This record gives sequence, C-alpha cells and structure tokens, in this order.
Amino acid sequence: MAELAVDKHFKYILSVEKNKDSFESVVMDHLRMNGAYWGLTALDLLGKLDSVNVDEVISWILKCQRESGGFSGNIGYDPHILYTLSAVQVLALFNKLDVLDIDKVATYITGLQNEDGSFSGDMWGEVDTRFSYIAICCLSILCCLDKINVEKAVSYILSCKNLDGGFGCTPGGESHAGQIFCCVGALALTGSLHYVDKDLLGWWLCERQVKSGGLNGRPEKLPDVCYSWWVLSSLIMIDRVHWIDKEKLVKFILDCQDVENGGISDRPDDAVDVYHTYFGVAGLSLLNYPGLKAIDPAYALPVDVVNRIFFSG
Amino acid sequence: MHGRPRKAPKPEEEAASVAKAQKLRALQTQFFSFHHNKIYTKEAVELSAKLLEINPESYTAWNYRKLAVEHYLSQPDCNPDLIKSVLDDELRVVENALRQNFKSYGAWHHRKWVISKGHSSVDNELRLLDKFQKADSRNFHAWNYRRFVAESMKRSEQDELKYTEDMIYKNFSNYSAWHNRSVLLSALFEKKAEGFLSKEKVLPEEYEFIHQAIFTDPDDQSGWFYHLWLLDQTVTTDSPLLASSWPGHGYDVLLVEDRCYNGSAFSPFTALHSDSGSFPIVLYFNQPVGGVSSSTVTVECGFNKNEDLLWKPLSASNSQTARVWVAHLKIPSSDLHSTVEVSVGHSKGIISTRGFEYSHPSMFSFKVRVQPMERDFSQVSVAESISLREENFKIYGTQSEESIINSFNQLSIKNGHESTASNWRSEALAKEIECFRELLSLMDCKIGKLTLARLLMAYDVMSYPFANKLVHSEEVLELYSDLMKLDPTHYQYYKDEHSMVLLQKYKDSVSSAICGPICLRLNNLSLSRMGAFEKLLWVQMLDLSDNELQSIEGLEAMQLLSCLSLRNNKLRSLTALEPLRKLKLLRVLDISYNQIGDHSIDTTRYLCSSPLSHSVGSESNKDETVTSGVALIDNWEAFYIFKDFNLNQLDIVGNTIADEKFKSVLVKIMPKLKQLDGKLLG
Repeated sequence: MAELAVDKHFKYILSVEKNKDSFESVVMDHLRMNGAYWGLTALDLLGKLDSVNVDEVISWILKCQRESGGFSGNIGYDPHILYTLSAVQVLALFNKLDVLDIDKVATYITGLQNEDGSFSGDMWGEVDTRFSYIAICCLSILCCLDKINVEKAVSYILSCKNLDGGFGCTPGGESHAGQIFCCVGALALTGSLHYVDKDLLGWWLCERQVKSGGLNGRPEKLPDVCYSWWVLSSLIMIDRVHWIDKEKLVKFILDCQDVENGGISDRPDDAVDVYHTYFGVAGLSLLNYPGLKAIDPAYALPVDVVNRIFFSG
Repeated sequence: MHGRPRKAPKPEEEAASVAKAQKLRALQTQFFSFHHNKIYTKEAVELSAKLLEINPESYTAWNYRKLAVEHYLSQPDCNPDLIKSVLDDELRVVENALRQNFKSYGAWHHRKWVISKGHSSVDNELRLLDKFQKADSRNFHAWNYRRFVAESMKRSEQDELKYTEDMIYKNFSNYSAWHNRSVLLSALFEKKAEGFLSKEKVLPEEYEFIHQAIFTDPDDQSGWFYHLWLLDQTVTTDSPLLASSWPGHGYDVLLVEDRCYNGSAFSPFTALHSDSGSFPIVLYFNQPVGGVSSSTVTVECGFNKNEDLLWKPLSASNSQTARVWVAHLKIPSSDLHSTVEVSVGHSKGIISTRGFEYSHPSMFSFKVRVQPMERDFSQVSVAESISLREENFKIYGTQSEESIINSFNQLSIKNGHESTASNWRSEALAKEIECFRELLSLMDCKIGKLTLARLLMAYDVMSYPFANKLVHSEEVLELYSDLMKLDPTHYQYYKDEHSMVLLQKYKDSVSSAICGPICLRLNNLSLSRMGAFEKLLWVQMLDLSDNELQSIEGLEAMQLLSCLSLRNNKLRSLTALEPLRKLKLLRVLDISYNQIGDHSIDTTRYLCSSPLSHSVGSESNKDETVTSGVALIDNWEAFYIFKDFNLNQLDIVGNTIADEKFKSVLVKIMPKLKQLDGKLLG
C-alpha cells in the first residue's frame, strides 16, 4: 500500500500559499481565507505548523475583518459568515484568539440569525444549514454560544431532516454528505445528537462507500476524497464508523496523492488542490493513520486545539 | 476543483494561464474600485457581468449587482418598464453565470433574490429549470430552486408529484426525484389532502412503483431508501405506545435494603437490592416521547404522593424527550404488602417527537413489600469482591422454565391499543416478503437479502407482539450471515444487525441464559451490539463479558443494574461508558481487557455529556474542577464520566490507559471506591 508522502504535501501546501499569480489562484482569490484554513490545518495535522510565519498570517486575517465584525474571503471583499469561521479557526490553531474583539465577531454572527432559527450567510439573506453549523461552531470556539437562540437554531436544523435520516440545506432539500456533516456537527456541538436517528443515517452514510473503497456524497455519484471528511466525520460523531471498511478508504485516499509533486486530488490521477489535500489528510487522521495529529470531527480542528479551548485553566 | 485530469502543464499552456490570470486580476481590481466607491454606471455594472461570467464564484460581485439594482429601483424616474429591464438584465446575467457553473450558490441565490421582487413567471422559471434538470437531473441547486418556485408561485403538491413521476419514468435512477416524492407525499399525508387520506390505499401503489426501480437494477441505490421509508410508513403506528415497564404488571417486588448479595431470602418473583432508599419505576416507550410527568402519569400508592414524583427522561442531558423515563419511589417504612397502580396517558400531554399524542391510555399494577431488616447493617463490611463469574449467579437459584415463561407473559401491559389485526399493514408486509423472495430466486443480490431480513423482522414484531418465539429469527440470522460474506465492506453493519436479532431471540433459550430472576448471562455470544432493552428491564446483574461490544448505547434503560461485566470486549474510550452514568444503582463494574487508550480518535466524544457539546447537565456545578493535582485537560473524559458514579468496585486492568498514574486519578475522582483491580483502597 502506498504511504502518505508527508514531506511532498508539506512543500505543496507552502507553494500554494506563495503562488498568488496562477490563474487557479486568482480565480480562488475570493476564498483565500478558506484556503488558509485548509492549508494551515493540514500543516498542523502533518506536524508542520511551525514552518509558517504566524504574524504575517494574523496581520492579513485582521485586515480582512470588516466594520460589521465579519471577515471577508480576502482583502477588499465583502464580509460573509463562511470566512468568519475560517478566520476564527486559523486564529485558534495559532492560539491567538485573544487578538479578537470577541463581542464584535459575536455581534456579527448573532445578527445573522433569523426568526425561524436559521442563519443567513450575510446581509443578503441566503439561508443554508451550512451557515447554522458555522454560527454554532464559531461561537463555540469563542465560548459564547449562548449569544444565539440555540433552541431555535436546533429546531431549524431538525426541520431540514429528511426521511432517509439525512439533512439538506433547507427544509425539503435532498440529503447530501456536506449538509449532513454541517447538521450533525451543529447538533453534536449543541448536545442534540439524540435527535438523529443514528441507525438510519448510519446506514445511508455507510452506503456512500463504493467498490473502489472511496466515498461518494449521495447515492449513485462518483467517489471523492472530500467526502472522506464529510461522510467520515459524520459517521464518527454518531459512532457508526465501524460500518465502513476503513482500510479500503485509507487506500483510496492514498491513491489520490500526487506522490511526485505533492498534494491530493478528488480522485486518482486528477489535478490536486489544497482543498482536497486538507480533506485527504483530515480523513486519514480520522482513520487513525499513524503519524498524524488527531482531528476533532465536529470542530474540524486538531483535538489538542479544541481541548486547549475547553479544558485549560 | 473537481474532475480535472492531472497533467503537467506545457510551457505554452502555462503562459496562457498567466495571461488569463493577469486579465482576471485587472478585472477584479477595476471591479473593486467601482464597488468601494459605490459607482453604478452602466459601464461599471457591465464590468461586473464580465467578471461573473468568468468567475461566478466571485461572491462580492453578486452583492454589488444587488446594490446596483437597489440603486436603480430607488431612482425618482423609475417606472415599470425600467424596472423590468433592470431585472431582466439580472436574470440574463444569472443564466450566463449558470452556464459557466450550474452549481454556483451565488448565481442561484441572486436569481431567487431577483424573483422575490415579483418579476418573472412560473412558466419562465420552470422552463429554465427544465433546461438545467435535463443537463443534470441530480443538480440539487435546481431541485431546491424548483421547490422555491413551487412554493412562492403556489404550485400544488399534486402537480409537483406528477413531475417527479415523469422524471422517474424517464430514468428510475434518480434519487433526487424519489427524495422529492417522499417530501411531497409526507406533506400530503400530513395535510390529509384529498386522495391521500388513507395510507392503506396509497402505499400499495407506491410499492408497485418502487419495485420497478429496485428490480430493474438491484445494484442501483436510488430506490433503496425510498423503499425503507415506505416500510416505515407501513409499520410505524403514528401514536406512541408503552412497550414495557419495570415493575411489570402483576409483579410482586421485594425491596431489600442492603449491599450484600449473599443468600438473602427472596420472594419467588423478584427482589430488588437497593441501598439508595428508593426504587425506580421505568417506562419504556416504542419511540421517543416528551411530556411524561406526574400530570400525565399517575402513580397511586399508599406510601408516596403522586405530585412529588419527578419523571426524568433517560437521554443526554439537554433532552426533554426519550424512549425511557424513570421516576423514583421512596421505599416504604412499614412492611405492609402495598399495591401500586400506574396509569399512563389518561390526561393529554405525552407526545412523540414526530408530533403524535399518546392516545391509548394504559394501566398496570404491582405489589411491593420491604424485607424486614435481619441484621445490623452498620456492622457489615462490604469488603468482599463480587465476581459475576461465580456462585452468586447460582445463589439466586434456577427457576423452572415454566415460572419464568409466566413472568414474561406478565410483561404484557394492559394496553387498549389499536387491534393487532391491522390487516392492511400485515398484508402489505406479506406481499413485500413474497416479492422479495421472488427477486432473490432470480438473483442473489444484497438489497434483496437485506430488505427481506428487515421485512421478516418487522412482520414478526407486528404479528406476534407477545410471543415467546420470533418465527423467522433463524432465517433472518442466516440472511445477515450471508450478507457479511456477500458485502464484506459493510460487514460490521450486518454484524450489529445480527447481534440485535440474536438478542430478540434469546427469549427462546430462557433456561440456559437465565440463572435467576435478577441475573442474566449474555457472555460469549459474539455480540457486537446490545439491544432488546425493553425485555431486560428486570436485570440487576448482567454478564456481557467475552463479546465484541464497542458500544453500550441504550444500556441506560437498565435502571436496576447493580453489577455489570463488560470484561474482554472492544470498548475504545471512556466516553463510551456514558450510558452507565444514568445507572444510579450500579456498584460493581468490570471493564477490564478492553481497548481504552488504544485509539486517538474517539467515536463517542459527542455522545457524552461534556463542555465540548455544551451538554454538561444542569445538576453539575459549572465551577467544578477535578481535585488538586489532577489536570482537567489530561483527564476530562475520566472526570465527566466517573464523577457521578457511585461504585464500590471497579476493574480496569488490561486497558492501555490503566497505568498507575491513571488509577490514582480515578481514585481522586471516585473517593467512595473501595476496590480497584482487586486491591482494597483507603
């Protein structure tokens, strides 16, 4: 079986960070904050976070904070809840949450909660359970979850529960592994997993594993390394991960590596990117791959980072 | 980011890419200048369209366009024609962007935002959707948008149902269409719409429909989950029922207030040893319910006031709903033989999580008596180690098979529930069983075997609710064994199901399993999962050693447990012990020879009460910390799990975590512990 090419991936991630002029980089300009989270968390899992210039990163993050308290995807862009979470997660990685005016960030997020408990992504009102997860995760990291109406947030998420046990982006939306991760994660963080029919959802999730050993995101779709995170972390949170063949999945992820140039792709022999590199490494961590730091399935941050937030003095 | 082949770029490709990048960069810079300076001229707005055509994911450009639209619509010279032209423009830009990337969240949301201004028509939008759904019938953005259009333009569920039918006839392999169908049907059932009043008439047609999908290509998953939903609709009665209780109806309970298990006299029926001054009444429902309280459940007895009873749900700390509820009665001081009558649901208020009321009030009664104290307990030392492998099981004597079977018949609650001759349900199941047997005779397929196993179990449970024997257990066990070979990827799923069926069936082998009315041996059965709890509420000593349990989910229902052995199983973390926190009578626990400490990933991390999930119960003091010398960050699992335990005896040897340092932490967390790994403490 192939091995994880730790050094290659480490160098690949650093190169992505530096290369701001390729078409690929420019076209992803608007979500650089997400990219920072993917790249840096992957580096931490690989044990290489100290190769990064912390001050540079933090100074750039703070430049992305807008008047409303929310963060934008990159300098110049509008704020959005998506990038606010990534910013907070990166600061947590570096144990630098204290550079934040927590009230300011919390006010931005609480302002995005709607009457029915759902969350909008920004002032323009798009509603999606992804944003519910983001709000709950972000405020949990900042230790002020009680600033939102948690009960209503949970009941909105439950209104997106489908008859197959899964969750969609809005009520009636088809079950999709990404949405399921967000909803199960949000329910996990609010002590509400008892609302999940774990056997029903567990079966739906374990049937994402196809013959090649990879996982797809919904029935009759192609497998993709990023589902090694969305499906796997969901299975772990509901304690049903033993229902898939973990070894076969490890092999699939390792087959998606570019062992010459570094990086991981969605499927074997496809082009790599930092998004799939992160999800591949995170998936391997969840599968107990040796040499990787353990990652928390709900906060999507290394376990030691999460424990530091909740259990140190 | 998806589906692009991996290949090293040629030099001319690289050069072209850099040129494209520079062009895009220039566009972005220019765009920002307009956006930050709030410039909404025709030229500026056109530039944003160019940007979005190249990169529909550039979300700020969509925001800018909304600001531009608002700017134009607020002009004093605004008129309907101008509005129409402005909004038409937006719709055109969205269509162009979607052509680039028909999964762009920003594009779809922009269209919704424009439509909300009341501009386009249903036909226009459906035409657009048709185009996209032809290109990709699984595009969930399109399906979401379709639901949005149907709702805001008041299309009927019946029309939308017809649409799903058309899509499915074009191609059965369309999970999105089946999903939408399930949403629409549920809504129609709930509304009690015309033509959908009786599931009895609608479900058989749906079964016919779904068979076409499954039987055409049994390996295609599109129909599996819809079929499972139909099965659930067939089997599950709307209103919740009381499945079981402890004490059971007709029980004669002797309350023994000591901790010594050495040969106390006991009644032929059941003796409960309790050192807590109270004993539990446990209600086990067939689905999670809320609203169980002294108003909705009345307990009439001479020695307790009903209003004083506090009913608690046995679920994670935040939850107000559970399948199992418990209340504690104080042990009477006199030694009279008292009768207790429990009425469940005579007033409204018990509601299932699906929203249905408990509509069949039930009643059961039992007798209670206190064993007169024969010795001075203050002088009795509880130093003896209690081992579940020993004579203790025999002390309680074996019962004749007959009297034990009688005791199970007594488990039946006096329920005034809907007659078990719900013919259409059993008929529907019988028909399905026939169809799947036929399928399996033609081809050996996973979904055939799995569905048949589920159907047979459901049929047995429905048709023989109080039987001692489940008719099809052997066949079901064989089907799951077959599946473990046929589909090894999902081996553990079938193993868990197999274990659950095995437990359901244990009633058959009463004499070998039971050593007394309070002890149960379930060791060495290769069990990977526990179940059948509604039948096990009476157990006080449970031996689950030498199995393959990696979870004890559901064990919290066994409120009478005082001794439990999980020795030599596959428990992977301390957090997996969460269900035991609710067992207030647990005094002896053996978790030796498991895998606690072997794994870096904890699969029950969020299924236990802790600050991580904001679920530390209200009874816990927020400022509580571990005693001095014990760092919470290194021992939080042990702290949150064990701090409320009241154990006398614990065995933990054979787990990687159980080194001397950890054992000393445990002793600090549980100061009342008297024995650890066979060593006397204190």
